[in-house]
Amino acid sequence: MFSFLIRRLLQSLLILLGVSMITFVLLYWLPADPVRQIAGRSATAQTVQNIREQLGLDQPLVVQYWRYLGNLLQGDLGRSYLQRTEVSTLIMSRLPASLLLMAGAIFAELLIGLSMGVVAALRRGSRTDQVLMIVSFVGVSAPQFVVGLLLLYVFAVQLHWFPIGGYGTFSHLVLPALTMGILGSGWYSRMMRSSMVDVLRQDFVRTARAKGLTRRRIILRHALPNAILPVIAMIGIDVGIFMGGIVVVESVFGWPGIGQLAWQAIQRVDIPIIMGVTLVSATAIVIGNLVADVISLMVDPRIKIR
Amino acid sequence: MSIVTTPDLANSDTASPKRQSALARLLQRRLAVFGFALILLTVLGAVFAPWLTPYSPYEQMFDGLTIEGAPMPPSSTFLLGTDLLGRDLLTRILYGARTSLIIGVAANGMALIIGTLIGVTAGYFRGWVGGMLMRMTDLMMAFPALLLAICLAAIFQPSLWIVAMVIATVNWVQTARVLYSETSSLAEREFIAAERTLGAGHMRILFKHILPHLVPTIIVWGTLGISTTVLLEATLSFLGVGVQPPVASWGNIIFENQTYFQAAPWLVFFPSLAIVVLALAFNLVGDALRDVLDPTQRGRN
Repeated sequence: MFSFLIRRLLQSLLILLGVSMITFVLLYWLPADPVRQIAGRSATAQTVQNIREQLGLDQPLVVQYWRYLGNLLQGDLGRSYLQRTEVSTLIMSRLPASLLLMAGAIFAELLIGLSMGVVAALRRGSRTDQVLMIVSFVGVSAPQFVVGLLLLYVFAVQLHWFPIGGYGTFSHLVLPALTMGILGSGWYSRMMRSSMVDVLRQDFVRTARAKGLTRRRIILRHALPNAILPVIAMIGIDVGIFMGGIVVVESVFGWPGIGQLAWQAIQRVDIPIIMGVTLVSATAIVIGNLVADVISLMVDPRIKIR
Repeated sequence: MSIVTTPDLANSDTASPKRQSALARLLQRRLAVFGFALILLTVLGAVFAPWLTPYSPYEQMFDGLTIEGAPMPPSSTFLLGTDLLGRDLLTRILYGARTSLIIGVAANGMALIIGTLIGVTAGYFRGWVGGMLMRMTDLMMAFPALLLAICLAAIFQPSLWIVAMVIATVNWVQTARVLYSETSSLAEREFIAAERTLGAGHMRILFKHILPHLVPTIIVWGTLGISTTVLLEATLSFLGVGVQPPVASWGNIIFENQTYFQAAPWLVFFPSLAIVVLALAFNLVGDALRDVLDPTQRGRN
């Protein structure tokens, strides 16, 4: 177990190194010149040249990357080109909002997805089961901006139950969290259904039934805990989907998280911020996968360690 | 999760008493047929768009706006209303279907080819080549896909084909991983070893013995992948880094009109519906195909 952890950790670090390299090369190729953006339209050739030298952008790619990596190892993500602030400061100020959104989204998708899955599994083959599974299909077929705009229109514009956008109170969190959660709940409900169906077929459930336990007790004490564990282990993998959706959902709802930070930086060619957010997201995804592996190992020791 | 279950090929025939073709079994599923119908409808709408509507998707009509210059709500002249520039929304949605289908097929085709090449090569040869290739897929898994796609789309000035390529670059990973595990378990089987002792070369084994076994998986992931592709294209276009106006795409119709969202909700509602319906259709068909083509799933429901 321990050596497995060490090996996975090293692998994760290598992956992050690769991500940083690829992103750096991609951003280097960007046709939009960041120096022009900083200097403005009226800048003279001399000013442009000065800024370029000052930022070290006249150096060859390898030198630039090497220096970035050196700073990165000391926890320095560089400065934003346009805001003259440390990228790490900017990200740290936005991260709590994104983490809050993530917590809300996970809560929403588990609540909706797991209950849909359990109900569908218990009434397998019935009309309810069919309807629930179609609903879950619609959930995974709707892009997040569509869900977001729809929720906004119905619950904020028409019904005035929730604010149109922004950040601060619990009611601000509901719609964005729900938007992110609906996609995930589609996946969870289907996984939960099949896991529950599998467990209900097992011998120990038949034994419990033969002992004369009530249906309620069989489901709550015997079937559910066994069925839910492998599904919960998926939360770690979810981080990847979440990090993708964050850009869209935060910009639809004006949620001040790292997704919006990245989106604004992309529009302004603020490369250090784009690099920073990509690395933070990749780190989150890698940690998520690691956690998923460890949890599924603990949940089911039969899974062989590779 | 089918980690434990192994394909029981020897018994699969006795397990299904009525031996039917995959197509026949597919057609028994109402949801799959429904999905097929929706796809067919979209394809027909895209192909026959010029004959289905009297307007051009680019024509900004004088009577397409109210006297105040606002878009027109759905009426008998403009069935789904008009957009901010006075263009007929139904026409733009029909032409947008072309964009979605072209990108869906092209991007997904490319992703499928890349994924198959990488997955099969890695699974068959393994060793350091396989290791390298699979570390590459691990790397891609760690990328926030949408962020990567946005960056790529920003680098290359987006056109229809660039958007398709961008989507293909971020979307091949799933296919590669699935085909990797299938190929590596196939390569262990006796009939492959037998073939090798008979002196068959790698190419012969790959194309005559391994690839045919992978066809069902490729079909399933290809169908499900179109749905993912349609959603990704819509999202990129919605953010303004996908297909560029005036070319119509369901995502950029919403992008162009979202400022008018409160006053003219139909401008967001109808293209959204189109996206969800098409993605849903491919998901329904793909899911049914998986049940029908995967022998381990047979006789479960």
